[in-house]
Amino acid sequence: MEELLNELKEKFSSVIIEVQEKDYPTLICKRTGFLDLIKHLKEEKGFKYLIDLCGVDYLNYPKKNFEERFEVVYHLYNLDSKVLLRLKVRIPEEDCWHHSVTPLWRTADWFERECYDMFGIKFKGHPNLRRVLMPDDWEGHPLRKDYPVYLEEEQEWDTYKKFIQKYKG
Amino acid sequence: MATYLEINKKQVNEEKWEEPFYLNMGPQHPSTHGVLRLFLELEGETIVNCTPIIGYLHRGVEKLGENLNYNQAIVLSDRLDYIASAANNTAFALAFEKLMGLEVPRRAKLLRTIVCEMARICNHLLWLATHALDIGAMTVFLYCFRDREWLLNIYEKICGARLTHTYVRVGGVRQDFTQEIIDELYKFTEEFPPRIYDYETLIDVNRIWLKRTKGIAVVPPEDAINLGLTGPCLRGSGIAYDVRKFRPYDAYGEVDFVVPTGKNGDTYDRYRVRMEELRQANSIIRQCLDKLPETEGEPVVAEDAPDLLMPERIKKPEPKPVPKKGVIFRGADVPVVPPGEAFAAIESPKGELSVYVVSDGSSKPWRLRVRTPSFVHISAIPYMTKNHMIADLIAIIGTLDIVLGDSDR
Repeated sequence: MEELLNELKEKFSSVIIEVQEKDYPTLICKRTGFLDLIKHLKEEKGFKYLIDLCGVDYLNYPKKNFEERFEVVYHLYNLDSKVLLRLKVRIPEEDCWHHSVTPLWRTADWFERECYDMFGIKFKGHPNLRRVLMPDDWEGHPLRKDYPVYLEEEQEWDTYKKFIQKYKG
Repeated sequence: MATYLEINKKQVNEEKWEEPFYLNMGPQHPSTHGVLRLFLELEGETIVNCTPIIGYLHRGVEKLGENLNYNQAIVLSDRLDYIASAANNTAFALAFEKLMGLEVPRRAKLLRTIVCEMARICNHLLWLATHALDIGAMTVFLYCFRDREWLLNIYEKICGARLTHTYVRVGGVRQDFTQEIIDELYKFTEEFPPRIYDYETLIDVNRIWLKRTKGIAVVPPEDAINLGLTGPCLRGSGIAYDVRKFRPYDAYGEVDFVVPTGKNGDTYDRYRVRMEELRQANSIIRQCLDKLPETEGEPVVAEDAPDLLMPERIKKPEPKPVPKKGVIFRGADVPVVPPGEAFAAIESPKGELSVYVVSDGSSKPWRLRVRTPSFVHISAIPYMTKNHMIADLIAIIGTLDIVLGDSDR
């Protein structure tokens, strides 16, 4: 485990910003060069299974020590050595995109679509980046911290408003 | 890109049917096990392309969870995979415990393992019943529901609910088993294995069953990992990945069980894996029951667990003052939850269910992410259905064992 982290730190010193020891080893990476790192992990180091990919919104997070608003979190697993690795990439709000890993993992397809759906992070290189859980014409990205839990009446989904109008006469 | 509705409209208006033929299956279709919509591109009866469309049951569990405190969020987890809710509760509870640094008493661990395995049996029985019904075997359905009913009755005795238990709590379980429940479970574990044999005699060598399942939706092992399949779907392809063995949680480290695997990765192998898992689950319950007397008298909730403040039975005329200790408030004086993050995964009956929770130190999770197996499995449908018949699609949906409450969250 130690060896792997040291090797990665040496080889990808320009990509990895920080290594944290939490419940699982966590690598905080830069966006540029991230694809090389994850490709290396998958093809050379045997991290063949992508457990999870999700976004986190850190808007107004009390103990934040970084600038960017979003984080994309990857959980990779090595089925042979039973090592779980967490990768984090920080994404600024103004420049809200990230590299897609769908060419590497088919399972990332829907995860990335969901991440786009919920946080509005665009994934470059994704073949079909559409909403997955919310309707296609939904406005806004629900899991952002500035999105309200309960919508006001005038903020409601357009299609629903039209539907109500149609049947109320 | 034209929406599906537009394509459909165009097809209706045109006089000649053009190849390929587009067909909408669902969201209201009895064989899609819920509100799954499949947009099919057909050539005759062969599926050229299949696009699953989900979200009809989206309730925003992740968003809601961020606005409830930790104990309340567990109640939401029941509604994810409502067939095996004990497993969901455990996943949430494990993540929160990791975050708070709680150590669960051994008795609670054993009880959790028992309810989780009961959930597995419930789930697999329901899966077998509906899968067989989809393919055309009616009898199995009735037998499976008989046994599932028995387990649901035991659940009712344990916690009062049949489907959405919320029995597993942060720091332990709600309450201890009574002797009656333990006796009932012993009786169940005695009588259940011969019944599995009964089911197998019904369909194992049935010619129709074999024709409908052998060689259908073959997934090679590399593709199974790439697609993110977990649980019996992955093990059917011959990879013995099981979270219970790889990263043991609760009492799985101290029980003996075998992880069954298939060879060909087809629908039949996945069926065999699940049948074998029924036996293993039964034996795990038995082993845990045997271990229960060792922990007699232990508490079932960790001492420092945050309390949900359940109404206590009042014996004295004056109600007791509400205990302050361990109660979490926003900005409370007792910091129960440190800021940080935790990731916990369990082997739910359908596959790997993992919870990633980020905390900011308040009583509510900052981010609650649930990776549900059904979501990933539905995303694998396009791959699995390619060049299959429509009739096989029903078998494929059945073999993936999806629940739309689980996938849409």
